[in-house]
Amino acid sequence: MKKTMMILAVSLFTASAFAQTEKYTKAMEALVPSVDSLREKDALVSLSNSFERIANAEKTQWLPFYYAALAQINAGYTYTVDGSFSDKTAEIDPVADKAEELIKSAETLSKDNSEIWVLRKMLATLRLMGNPMVRFQQYGAIASAALETAKKINPENPRVFMLEGQDLFFTPEEYGGDKKEAKKRFEIAIEKFKAQKPESSIHPSWGMYRTMYFMSQVK
Amino acid sequence: MKRANFLFLNLFFLYSATTLLGQTKISGTVKEPKGKPVIGASITVKDSYDGATSDSTGKFSFFTQEKNQQIIQVSNIGYKMYEQAVVLSGTSVIIDVILKPEVTELTAVVLSAGTFEASDRKKAAAVLDPIDIVTTASANGDITGALKTLPGAQQVGESEGLFVRGGTAAETKTFIDGTLVNNFFFSSVPNVAQFSRFSPFIFKGTVFSTGGYSALYGQALSSALILESIDLPEQSSANLGITVLSGSIGFQKLSKKKNASWGINYSYTDLGLAFAVIKQKQDYSKVPTYHNFDGNFRIKTSKTGMLKYYGYYSANKLAFTTNSIDSIGYLDKFAISNGNFYHNLAWRESLANRWKVQTGISYTNNKDDINSRMQTTDKRDVALSGLEAKNFSIDTKGNYFNAKIVLEKKLKGLSALRFGSEYNFSSDKLNYTSYNGQIFPSVVKEHIKSFFTEADVYVTSGLALKGGIRSEHSSLLNKLNIAPRASLAYKLGKGSQASIAYGVFYQNPERRYLPSSSALTFMKATHYILQYQKVLNMQSLRAEIFYKKYDNLVKTGIVNFSEAAINNNGFGDAKGFELFWRDKKTIKNFDYWISYSYLDTKRDFLNFPFAIAPNFAAKHTLNLVGKKFVQKIKTNFNLAYNYNSGRPYYNIGYDGANYKFTDRGSIPAYHNVSFALNYLPSIGKKNAKSFAVYVLQVSNILNINQVYGYRYNYNGSRRETVTPTSRMFVFLGAFISFGIDRTNEIINNGL
Repeated sequence: MKKTMMILAVSLFTASAFAQTEKYTKAMEALVPSVDSLREKDALVSLSNSFERIANAEKTQWLPFYYAALAQINAGYTYTVDGSFSDKTAEIDPVADKAEELIKSAETLSKDNSEIWVLRKMLATLRLMGNPMVRFQQYGAIASAALETAKKINPENPRVFMLEGQDLFFTPEEYGGDKKEAKKRFEIAIEKFKAQKPESSIHPSWGMYRTMYFMSQVK
Repeated sequence: MKRANFLFLNLFFLYSATTLLGQTKISGTVKEPKGKPVIGASITVKDSYDGATSDSTGKFSFFTQEKNQQIIQVSNIGYKMYEQAVVLSGTSVIIDVILKPEVTELTAVVLSAGTFEASDRKKAAAVLDPIDIVTTASANGDITGALKTLPGAQQVGESEGLFVRGGTAAETKTFIDGTLVNNFFFSSVPNVAQFSRFSPFIFKGTVFSTGGYSALYGQALSSALILESIDLPEQSSANLGITVLSGSIGFQKLSKKKNASWGINYSYTDLGLAFAVIKQKQDYSKVPTYHNFDGNFRIKTSKTGMLKYYGYYSANKLAFTTNSIDSIGYLDKFAISNGNFYHNLAWRESLANRWKVQTGISYTNNKDDINSRMQTTDKRDVALSGLEAKNFSIDTKGNYFNAKIVLEKKLKGLSALRFGSEYNFSSDKLNYTSYNGQIFPSVVKEHIKSFFTEADVYVTSGLALKGGIRSEHSSLLNKLNIAPRASLAYKLGKGSQASIAYGVFYQNPERRYLPSSSALTFMKATHYILQYQKVLNMQSLRAEIFYKKYDNLVKTGIVNFSEAAINNNGFGDAKGFELFWRDKKTIKNFDYWISYSYLDTKRDFLNFPFAIAPNFAAKHTLNLVGKKFVQKIKTNFNLAYNYNSGRPYYNIGYDGANYKFTDRGSIPAYHNVSFALNYLPSIGKKNAKSFAVYVLQVSNILNINQVYGYRYNYNGSRRETVTPTSRMFVFLGAFISFGIDRTNEIINNGL
């Protein structure tokens, strides 16, 4: 709601003097920073809704679909915070289905996109978290394949290394988790975050703060 | 900072709303039909950026610059999209929306009466995960072993098969990818239960119906076991297994484009080593050996199409002697060699206009050579006067062909219409060679043609009906049957539902009592089932009561010195109730289920002098299954306890004119505690080149004396207990796969 008002506020200030692309960019610019800062489920759903509105109105832009999916996946992760191996598929699957729909829309508009493969990875991990004991095998493989694809398309994508680090960070040691190795990945990620040159102000650049937070947790 | 911004914006809007013309305020609430607020719903002025998200009370409010005729869309996950036309002119618009829940497999009631499903799809009937099939301690890696821990199935240890709700094992039929499987188990051996031929790892879905099943299936009076094979594997892989019983090797290749795969497996099982360590009751002159080959290919024929082939060949042999019960100082020898080919080709595809086709064919060729002899203690064949009939051979050749097609039209929501046809051909040749070398050949050929149709109607997401009808024509009986089926499910509350099922089921007389010189008809069973189910947050409770009526059961008599079907005057019934409770929640990281069945059944069939409770039906059956995975040591602990109250035993004698019971009673209650441990050292290792699983299984860990029944000598004057072939059994194995993490798949493989 806040975001909506912000869009409105921005659009009001700029009035109709600007072209449609300007309106789009401004609206996106107002929302994109929240992607990295919001943690609460309802706020993330609201953010996803805002992006989806833009996506559906624009129809040809992959970015709002991308961000809508990202916010939706992050909302899904809020169900997994207890870290238990219990079955949460009933809550997680509908959210994952919704996110997948949005990812598919983004994919049709932008093929072979490293950033969208990053989302594919995050989606598979989300589904895995729904019931790790049962889904470990299937979705673990899908997740690592997606991340590899993302890396192959763009080896400089900092989010790839951030996610590699996160996997190592969250996985219990006896299952191949490794906090030291995680830290190394986070360090690479931060280097790449510093070096990244997003195509525009609204292209994906998120992840730096998250990575720094994890870094601080490793020690 | 944010808050300040927000405040500022609010003030700004207050200002702008009152001063700037052309701004329209849209506000309202979003609720469910029952009045609960819907949180997180997206409200949008169609094709604009303008909109809002409903808050924790379902309220929303926003301003839009759009003007004139517009459409407001309200959507949320799990609900149908709501649309309303509005005219935006600057005057505030208030919209109160009721969102209707979408009818999905997740939220809708399920026609679950009589059905247990092992599936990773989230459905009310899915009480098991696919992995449960292989990690249940008492299952020994056998599909039917795990199903025996569910209510409705009996713990019959002396012969293979699923004995469901007072029915014989022959009353349960198995289907793979829709088509009938004729020799699901290895060929019977007297008083030694055999395993099912197929590895549980080739299936991704299991539906076990203990009654009231769909019109798509037939020729089974009691139960249908419906198995769905896996589609494409995730990755190419090779695997190797070494156990105390067997060695196996396999290879699976996935194409680069991930749209096709093929695989081959070979395993050799030799029980020699195990039998040398664990003493068996039987004295094996030929310890059981099994050569199993299987091969498969799977091709994605289109985005929605899948063609699957599975082929299997097995050759196995065994021979043993036991002390003869008929004549002290002599031995009874039993030998069997079996060869079995099985091929299954299945294709499914989604067509235009929500049509779907599913079709398949299967072919089985089965050959059994059975040899029964009396022997002296130094294992030379003898023919004792009066017991000559114990020396005989039976050679059987079975050819079976099955084909099936099902067309499905999806209607509104989850409603659907299905219809199709099935054809079953069987040719059974049998040569019985008597002690004097005389051969009695017999051939039984049968064509069964079936047509079926059924409709699923979801009146609402909380009320579903299924109606079906099946008709079968048997060329052997030269008769036609018509079997109606119906079920209903009604949602009672969150996670709870009630369902009922009714159905008529027909089955041909069993091959072993054919050919018959009498005119026979179909055997018939009528099922009535009432079920209550509650599934909430990792806990599920199920209660079922049932009544099953049997008509036209086959009665046998002595015809030309052998037992054959003489008429359909048999009858019976079964009634009882069953409970199932599964809980993954109460104790952290511990998962257990309890099942209890009460069964009251009587029947008069085969050579029974009158109706009694048969020996495959215990009054009380109880199963406890527990599973715990200890993350620190990467080990899975599984424990199972099976109990049933004493089953009836009896001996039926023939006095030349009539059958009569010469002995009757009840065997002691049965207890079994099994334990299994799976150690997975490489679990979770990223990019591990190989993956290993070590398995230890102990059945009857408390070494309890178990009795399955009694066997009698030729005149019923002496009896012996029928017990498991050994008291305790220990299994050790190592399985390694290369190229892919196949944790679940390897556990128990090859058992």
